[in-house]
Amino acid sequence: MERDDLIEYSLHAHHDEEQGKKIRKKIWMVTALLTIVTVVEVALGAYIKQSSSAWPVVKWSFIIMTLFKAGYIVMVFMHLGDEKKWMRNVILIPYFLFMLYLIFIALWEAVAVGEAWTTYGGA
Amino acid sequence: MAGHSAELDSKTLWGGKESPFQTSYGKLMMWFFLVSDALTFGGLLVAYGFTRHDVSVSGTEGWPIGEETFNSLPFLGHGYPLIYVALMTFILIVSSVTMVLAVEAGHRMDKKGVIKWMIATIIGGFFFLGSQAWEWFHFTHGSEFGKVELSNGSQAIVQGHFGEIEKFTVVKAGTEHKAGEEITEDLMHEFQHAAMAGHLHMHGKDIQIHLEDGSIANVSKKADEHLTLIIKKDAKPENVGKRIEGEEAEKLYYEALTSGVENRVIYGAKFFGDDQFGLNEYGPQQYAQFFYFITGFHGFHVFSGVVINIIILIGVLMGTYHKRGHYEMVEKTGLYWHFVDLVWVFVFTFFYLV
Repeated sequence: MERDDLIEYSLHAHHDEEQGKKIRKKIWMVTALLTIVTVVEVALGAYIKQSSSAWPVVKWSFIIMTLFKAGYIVMVFMHLGDEKKWMRNVILIPYFLFMLYLIFIALWEAVAVGEAWTTYGGA
Repeated sequence: MAGHSAELDSKTLWGGKESPFQTSYGKLMMWFFLVSDALTFGGLLVAYGFTRHDVSVSGTEGWPIGEETFNSLPFLGHGYPLIYVALMTFILIVSSVTMVLAVEAGHRMDKKGVIKWMIATIIGGFFFLGSQAWEWFHFTHGSEFGKVELSNGSQAIVQGHFGEIEKFTVVKAGTEHKAGEEITEDLMHEFQHAAMAGHLHMHGKDIQIHLEDGSIANVSKKADEHLTLIIKKDAKPENVGKRIEGEEAEKLYYEALTSGVENRVIYGAKFFGDDQFGLNEYGPQQYAQFFYFITGFHGFHVFSGVVINIIILIGVLMGTYHKRGHYEMVEKTGLYWHFVDLVWVFVFTFFYLV
């Protein structure tokens, strides 16, 4: 007996040549964007020394550029941007909450552990 | 209570026949898997950050700097900061693009397009894996100069072009080599091995190498170019990062190399063996451990991604998905493949750039 209770949403995920052209154009735009950002990152990394006074700015710009690239990969390549709003939220919100907490607590603790060891430990 | 349910109308109740978020089961589960996998990678990178922010680890000899550590290209040697990893990143981005083009072709039921772009993706994956193999090889073996402990106890990494070793001329016979014999094979390996073991000595103006069989040979080697020492560890913290160039650098370097003391010079980060386990050229021991674990774990994901892509490609070639009426399997393997690219974007930033 054929089951009628399984609905395949993927069956509707078709598009014609015209839409395909638009989508491909977007894909190539994102490719160019990701490549440019990577080139900028490498150039900054190669030419600005960590001892330079501009380094803190460069460091944070690396992190921002990384999140920018990650956003395009997730939203366009993994087309999470085209999914239902709450599917997007279910995936992103818990992850971000947890990671922000983990980053905060781990780095904070690392500094404390380092201080404790250099003050009392070792030898 | 059973009696109440009848009073609720069907609009309030979820009546089935509708998938959550209007997404198919397989795709939703792939996303859940990716979230959990992202937590694993997030945890690893945070652990790396923990170690780096812990000054009792990173403060002793400074955390390695990406552009100093990764500055080699195959066949071309040193002096190309970050170019190789940039190339690896680009390869992975391009293979992500070919994957998304395969998915797009699938939505148009264009079987030929799917095949074409999936093959391109698999080739990109193999290129990335090959690049990573080279990088691991290079990381394990280290630079030609290695890291040296100078006579005042400070440690320095070395940059510049290492003059080629031409031959060893045996001056004192051992059990294997006769006096006057010229050795021309495996020179670099023997030289580095002797340097680590403290088997290099200065004899007048020549470097002499004490070989395993007890023989002694003079080393003929071309001059180094642009030899620069960068201090990484010093009793005075203000000296860290200082550069020593020219003749002074050469003098200090070869003094350490030919001191006759073991482990005054260290090459690369050994993966196996107790030879100098735990020591590495680049910085704290944990740095090399994190490098191997995180890039290794990512590389394993790339490898499994390539395998899954090949399996799905076989399905495409056999027409399985065409008959099914949709190419969702390509989309799902695509999600995994993009995820691998996504992780690399973060590994690239936190391992190589920041």
